[in-house]
Amino acid sequence: MPSLSVRHLLGIKDLTREDIELIFETADTFKEVINRPIKKVPSLRDITIANVFFENSTRTRLSFELAEKRLSADVINFSSSGSSVKKGETLLDTVNNILAMKVDMIVMRHSSPGAPHYLSKHIKANVVNAGDGTHEHPTQALLDAFSIREKLGGLEGKKIAIIGDILHSRVALSNIFCLQKLGAEVMVCGPITLIPKYIQELGIKVEYDIRKALQWCDVANVLRIQLERQQIKYFPSLREYSLYYGIDKNLLDSLNKEIILMHPGPINRGVELTSDAADSQHSIILQQVENGVSVRMAVLYLLAQMNQ
Amino acid sequence: MHKRLILDSRLLDITITRLCQQLIENHDTFEQSVILGLQPKGTFLAKHIQSKLQELTGKEVPTGYLDTTFYRDDFRRRETPLLANTTHVPFIIENKKVILIDDVLFTGRSIRAALDAMIAFGRPRKVELLVLIDRKYSRDLPIEPHYVGQHVNTILSQRVLVEWTEKGATENAIWLVDTQDIPA
Repeated sequence: MPSLSVRHLLGIKDLTREDIELIFETADTFKEVINRPIKKVPSLRDITIANVFFENSTRTRLSFELAEKRLSADVINFSSSGSSVKKGETLLDTVNNILAMKVDMIVMRHSSPGAPHYLSKHIKANVVNAGDGTHEHPTQALLDAFSIREKLGGLEGKKIAIIGDILHSRVALSNIFCLQKLGAEVMVCGPITLIPKYIQELGIKVEYDIRKALQWCDVANVLRIQLERQQIKYFPSLREYSLYYGIDKNLLDSLNKEIILMHPGPINRGVELTSDAADSQHSIILQQVENGVSVRMAVLYLLAQMNQ
Repeated sequence: MHKRLILDSRLLDITITRLCQQLIENHDTFEQSVILGLQPKGTFLAKHIQSKLQELTGKEVPTGYLDTTFYRDDFRRRETPLLANTTHVPFIIENKKVILIDDVLFTGRSIRAALDAMIAFGRPRKVELLVLIDRKYSRDLPIEPHYVGQHVNTILSQRVLVEWTEKGATENAIWLVDTQDIPA
């Protein structure tokens, strides 16, 4: 019987293709569960999970919390605002205090890349990375790939363009690893200042012209401009960015093929996507959100079995 | 290899026919009845029962497949992980007479999980249990079947092996095998 090759989900980089496929197969069954009249199963009823968020989040935290509750786990939520972190407590102390209350799993978001890796070396509980700075966001990449698989039937040989602020995006990096492991071709596209210098070394294509990128791809995964992480100006203005890199309905209609439009949220309407594009039939943005719950249920379910 | 034949394909067919006759006695027109086969192995028997019932009554009884993995009580207590099969219940079970079908009844724990899993789809009027083989004296829970193909006396180290042609066997047959002889 197959099982995951890891005890923690720290990044897609550590997963094998078999791990990802196992997560998807398990997520398929959970997707059926959450469409039942009673959307809950008792699998994790003896598990307590702490959602520890040192950075803001809406979708990811709600999605994790719902996934945990659908699996009947006990859930506690922690966010750094209004906590003792402000009084100078270290990450390890904060987490060890939470674990002293008999918590089995930690879902953590942190602004420092590598924070969950550090944590996983010092604690017994399973750690799930819900985003560490500009490094990785594994569950987002899994749900993106799961959504593409659902829409196109598979990832092998498919062409995926990741468009926007690649430099500050953890979603981009996790997506690149995940898509490549599943046999897809990946391209990144954005202003030259927002594309890391050596990213070609990951074996991906780089394009600076959005029209060419859209013409090439089967799926466009559009990312948000992360102004909060930009200490310097990478482009003259948001208006100029949206003129050169914004996607609208006219641009989509002018392509000689149908492409799928994705976005990990939150969307800055009118910047990277206009409303008519985001709400068009090309877009699977809300299916991504729905799949997020099943994929996270699969991850938690499979990791819980590794903690014996 | 210690392997004893319990039912060959001819006897199995006779047994399935008898079970169907008993179902017809109790369910009359099958207006309000549905079949739920338990994943993975009960589904083959469920299909056989459904097609035999159709042969005998001309009616197609709605048949679904129920996976109990997420409801099991040995989660995190086993060496190997529990992976789920698909659940497919394409009908409403609210107020229906449900015939739960599994191939072998042993400790009764799968059936307990199945009852929980089934309740997630609604509140049936009545639930009956049909099994091909009842391993007597081995129950952990107070669960007894309504319809039994055959009662078999077994010891813990033995296993009942059910082979279906749909699963690649040369013919339908049920065997009693010593556990150490079963390839992992």
